[in-house]
Amino acid sequence: MTTTITKAPLDRPATPKAGPGAPKEKLASRTAAMIIMGVSTLYFLVPIWWLFISSTKSREQFSSTAALWFADFNLFTNIADLVAYNDGVYLKWMLNSILYAGSGALLGTLFAAMCGYALAKYRFPGRELIFNVVLGGVLVPATALALPLFLIFSQFNATNTFWSVFLPSIVSPFGVYLARIFAASSVPDELLEAARLDGASEIRTFFSVSRRLMTPALVTIFLFQFVAIWNNFFLPLIMLRDQTLFPVTLGLYTWNSQVNQIPEIRTFVIIGAFLSIIPLIIAFLSLQRFWRGGLGAGSVK
Amino acid sequence: MQLKNSTRIAALGIVAAISLTGCAAGSGSGSTDGAIDCTPADGKVEISYTSWIPGIDKVVDLWNSKNPDIQVTVQTGPNGNGGTYKNFFNQLSAGNAPDLGQIEYDALPNFRVQDGLENIASCANVSESQDKFIDWTWNQVTFGEEDAVYAVPQDTGPMAMYYRKDLFEAAGIPVPTTWDEYAAAAAKIREQGGYITNFPQNDVNWFAGLVWQKDGSWFTNDGDAWDVTLTSPESEEVADYWQTLIAGDLVSKVPAWTDEWNNAYNTGSDWTWISAVWGANSISSGAPDTTGNWAVAPMPQWTAGDEKAGNWGGSSTAVLKGSAHPYEAAQFALWLNTDDEALTMLNKEANLYPATKDGLTLPVLSEGVEFYGNQKIYDIFADAANQTNADFTWGPTMTQTYADVADGFGEVLGGNGTLGDALATGQTKTIAALEAAAIPVNK
Repeated sequence: MTTTITKAPLDRPATPKAGPGAPKEKLASRTAAMIIMGVSTLYFLVPIWWLFISSTKSREQFSSTAALWFADFNLFTNIADLVAYNDGVYLKWMLNSILYAGSGALLGTLFAAMCGYALAKYRFPGRELIFNVVLGGVLVPATALALPLFLIFSQFNATNTFWSVFLPSIVSPFGVYLARIFAASSVPDELLEAARLDGASEIRTFFSVSRRLMTPALVTIFLFQFVAIWNNFFLPLIMLRDQTLFPVTLGLYTWNSQVNQIPEIRTFVIIGAFLSIIPLIIAFLSLQRFWRGGLGAGSVK
Repeated sequence: MQLKNSTRIAALGIVAAISLTGCAAGSGSGSTDGAIDCTPADGKVEISYTSWIPGIDKVVDLWNSKNPDIQVTVQTGPNGNGGTYKNFFNQLSAGNAPDLGQIEYDALPNFRVQDGLENIASCANVSESQDKFIDWTWNQVTFGEEDAVYAVPQDTGPMAMYYRKDLFEAAGIPVPTTWDEYAAAAAKIREQGGYITNFPQNDVNWFAGLVWQKDGSWFTNDGDAWDVTLTSPESEEVADYWQTLIAGDLVSKVPAWTDEWNNAYNTGSDWTWISAVWGANSISSGAPDTTGNWAVAPMPQWTAGDEKAGNWGGSSTAVLKGSAHPYEAAQFALWLNTDDEALTMLNKEANLYPATKDGLTLPVLSEGVEFYGNQKIYDIFADAANQTNADFTWGPTMTQTYADVADGFGEVLGGNGTLGDALATGQTKTIAALEAAAIPVNK
């Protein structure tokens, strides 16, 4: 009996055999799993549903109608108002976020890949030391670095600039770590040897051979970094004062802190928050195939 | 060996990060230098101004078009406690603070104690402007020091009572003019199924406004050390009064600024709100179905026949330490907060209520307001502004005080302890916080 239970998950679903109790056990555990997953799905989706519903409501109906169902459908009017408010500063914030997160993640991924690859494939003195320092970097939360970064940028009069948010964003210790592990396991030395014998330079080998083999890891790093930069709130909060440089997170927070003064802004905060998650959803949907492949490849090897 | 190595390096990294943060947090405190030398610069000057007032850029544009030699750049951010104050302190220690910053009255002592403000008393027209401002606001920006002006008052939040005129009339309940009548009305309203108002856990500065009305104060500073008086007799009487209402279930426990709270006003289950002038918009936007049913009356009094009001909120424009152009900064701050055109714009854009005596009679503030049945509600707030006690003092650690008292209020609303206990805890913790920050305090 106990053996059937422990073995059950390993059985292929097509061939249900074993003792008489087994199908029931399976049904029970499957139902339990479904319930747990259903509850957690609800748990994660209800806030987004609320956000969507609230985005479609006019300000008058926002507090006076049921929170989780539609009133009059004003989504497009709301979006138009949001975009027009304060000379369209919201669009500027969205563009900034896409710029910080998009180009930051792209460069960050490139650097992490090169660094991780070098640490995995070349032997040189101090290699472990460098890797350990990078590992140490993984342990320090980004929030703890924001203030030191502010003071450093102050020395160069570079606070309140695009670079003050962008430069710290292209560094990803976790990316280096991941790239090293992945390169070590998925880029065979023999292949590099062959490329070198064929006369390819090290740079070319990296970009034409290794990069392709590392693609799943690179997509993972890119997504992680994209989300991290998009959600990074504390660094821009400390660095930026010019609202045309704000990313959308800081902009919405700023508006939200003015709600008591100007209640009209509340609608904009909600619709703005709703629109601001769309780029993240797009990034995930379009890249998740690679991501799944990446995690799988790493684990099987 | 390898593991040892990596842990050691990681530990080093963390220590470095912490010590850097530590350096930044500590900064000079409490130097008492006199007024700065304040002379105009030659030629064109650019100054920066950080404020979270919505639409402030339009007002600044007006100034810039009139003053080609003093160009102001607006910088913005979240409201003070939402991050801008912390940013000011970071920038002050890094030496790149803006020339001017918006600072609320309850945060000014913190900046003063940490030496973040320039004394602009000697700048032209500044000290001379004292008579233009409502008396209590001037005390807030001078801290009672001789030859000192650390900021220019910007706006105020005189308090009054918003009430549902229609409901009071229909129920035959007289509009309360004293706190005793207010408590009696609360009981009658409760019989009808409503609440007279809610007791907000987190609006501790609202509670301070009530103490202010009773001529109490939470802090005093004799020039050498601070006295913390959260448990003064006035403060405790206010606490006892509301404690009785809470214990009798005569006020609701709905948290302020939530949908539930808006809804209570929109559906008529809450009947009054003792609030500041800027609250006029909070009700009209939160309770749109009740247009025309509201009115404003002076705050209930502790003694019948008195005319006293409290204040909730308001901010100032301060010249921050290290400004290269204090003269120009001061001139802009004076214009921003005294010029009729600027004050009118600030009122239209952000509902700011002027801190000047003349500002109270601006045309925009003399009109009837539709939501309040076309009542000229600002007349009542103008009276309240002049009836506000000039001697209320904020302490240097208000964020901490608010948080600790709010925790205590939360306990009370949950059924434990009394508001008096909450104030006593706030008192103890505030003294501890002042001592921890090496700020002299009398025990």
